[in-house]
Amino acid sequence: MSNLKKDSLFAGSVKDAAAGGLVALALFGMMIGMQADVATGLGGQLGINYRWGAVAIAVVIVFAGRLLLNLFVWKSDKPVTRTVGSLLPKASSFSGLGRFATPVFLVLAVVLPFLLTYFLGTRGSRQYLDLAILVTTYVMLGWGLNIVVGLAGLLDLGYVAFYAVGAYSYALLAQYFGFSFWVCLPLAGILAAFWGIILGFPVLRLRGDYLAIVTLAFGEIIRVVLLNWYDFTGGPDGLSNIPRPSFFGLDFERGEGNFADFFGLEYNSIHRIIFLYYVILAMALVTNLVTMRLRKLPIGRAWEALREDEIACRSLGINTTNTKLTAFALGAMFGGFAGSFFATRQGFISPESFTFMESAVILAIVVLGGLGSQIGVVIAAVVMIGGFEFFRGLEEYRMLVFGLLMVVIMVWRPRGLISVRTPSISLSGKAKGISADLVQEGHG
Amino acid sequence: MSTSQPMLDIQNVVTHYGKIVALRGVDMTVNAGEIVTLIGANGAGKSTLMMTICGSPQATSGRILYNGEDITGMPTHEIMRKSIAQSPEGRRIFPRMSVMENLIMGAETANNPDTDESLKRVFDLFPRLKERQNQRGGTLSGGEQQMLAIARALMSRPKLLLLDEPSLGLAPLIVKQIFDAIRDLNQSDGLTVFLVEQNAYHALKLAHRGYVMVNGTITMSGTGKDLLAREDVKAAYLEGGAH
Repeated sequence: MSNLKKDSLFAGSVKDAAAGGLVALALFGMMIGMQADVATGLGGQLGINYRWGAVAIAVVIVFAGRLLLNLFVWKSDKPVTRTVGSLLPKASSFSGLGRFATPVFLVLAVVLPFLLTYFLGTRGSRQYLDLAILVTTYVMLGWGLNIVVGLAGLLDLGYVAFYAVGAYSYALLAQYFGFSFWVCLPLAGILAAFWGIILGFPVLRLRGDYLAIVTLAFGEIIRVVLLNWYDFTGGPDGLSNIPRPSFFGLDFERGEGNFADFFGLEYNSIHRIIFLYYVILAMALVTNLVTMRLRKLPIGRAWEALREDEIACRSLGINTTNTKLTAFALGAMFGGFAGSFFATRQGFISPESFTFMESAVILAIVVLGGLGSQIGVVIAAVVMIGGFEFFRGLEEYRMLVFGLLMVVIMVWRPRGLISVRTPSISLSGKAKGISADLVQEGHG
Repeated sequence: MSTSQPMLDIQNVVTHYGKIVALRGVDMTVNAGEIVTLIGANGAGKSTLMMTICGSPQATSGRILYNGEDITGMPTHEIMRKSIAQSPEGRRIFPRMSVMENLIMGAETANNPDTDESLKRVFDLFPRLKERQNQRGGTLSGGEQQMLAIARALMSRPKLLLLDEPSLGLAPLIVKQIFDAIRDLNQSDGLTVFLVEQNAYHALKLAHRGYVMVNGTITMSGTGKDLLAREDVKAAYLEGGAH
């Protein structure tokens, strides 16, 4: 009996795999098998290279893959995936992660430059410090966007616009008025917040997909304006010679009266990198602190309630207009801060740095980390931005690996890495985290 | 407050959804200390009337007076801060927030800052919510969610409570519990209640006065007892409803 079943299982699987192979043959026969090329033997004419070997390999891969999937996963009584799934850490084991991860991450972030310079020397640590600055910038952007998307539930695909506003605010103010970084930083934040409100007004009535499209368009408008307003922004040439930040008036240059000289150190360009790292780290931590604090205040609860149910919010007397606008403005403000930091670090900005791809990466960090989770954003930023650099050795396969990684994470943890939400208030003072495992995907 | 003036006075209110007329001149009053119910078939305009009181959608003509003040053109959030609270249709609790957070949301815009006292009151009224205070709103049963929706509305210490179909989709025993709680609130606290219901039998039994709405107009009104006894009401709304 069981033998018979096995036979029919095998025959069925082979049949199914053969069908898959045929489809692959039909598809790949053209796509892989015939390559339009400037044929060398034909004196530079356009010709076709036939690559039947490659087609055969592709078809065999499809056939074998489908056969194996049939035998061990889809038709098997004991799918391999279940066995593998039980080997993966349970989703619930991450619940307590946030509590331990936070102090560990914090300490690590603070001592990182010293660890790196100690172990790798000043020369070797430079690229890692640069990467750390980049990751921290994205952490800050992720936290800023988290206010809009994670807390208030307003899907914003044009967040990079505020990043651009911040960067250009600083660069232009420095160029036209000679303001320093520390003067421009708050101004850039205010200007970005102002643009956040400008964007907020027309989209107040929109939700979900419609809101996403309008914010996407807004991001593009800002970029296109920057690109075409040549007299003011330099257009595609960008703005260069953006001044570097000083340490309480001490510049990071060689010579007397500068940072190294003042502290009696030998001049080293790594000083500025370390300084920049601490600046962005402090800015990111301020973003986090403000967000965490706001979450416990009425405005933060109103954001979360707005994400859950707008009509209920209105019936409770919450002014949804103001609630949405504050979320947009605050999120934009932190984007603006990060933008002016970006400008001062790079020393050069152009509209190319503020494409839709940037918005997508920031949004991916927020979603991957778990909407609304602060520590999740950190982990996701490290994985995404760090991973991006880490897989550099794989060259063109990098995007493939990267995409696969994202798919795997989203299948494994559909609500993001950290999907536990801690209530902001409770009577007993020991509110437990509310796991999102009980919620259907895409709801609530 | 003068007794001659009704708490809620709805005068010839017309409401449109785009070009479609939903309310065709509704007149209704709710006096302080009363439970008034509005019954009617699906699509009669009951919920529209309740939402019009709340200012979303706003009435195209007519006036709505609350304690003598014209609230017809006010934005929703301002109306809801005038000691009026609403428990909307379909409960609409915040599913991912805890029971406690849901309740606090209700007190957020209240004039009365004594949240602890309000919490104690709603926990006395619905002890089940106290047990579940740290649970996520979305994990509650339907009946508990309805209790939470009412409790959340009560957190702002309203003078007037608007309830839209609190019995929707609930078992008879739970409906009885909830209606008992409403009666309790009315008798002990003097809370004025305006109740929109499909469950005509229970609603009319509970209410001091009732209105029947058909196609966007009020066709009958009277005390709850009178309406319950009327043959036409029985035929239209109570067949099979009165056990």
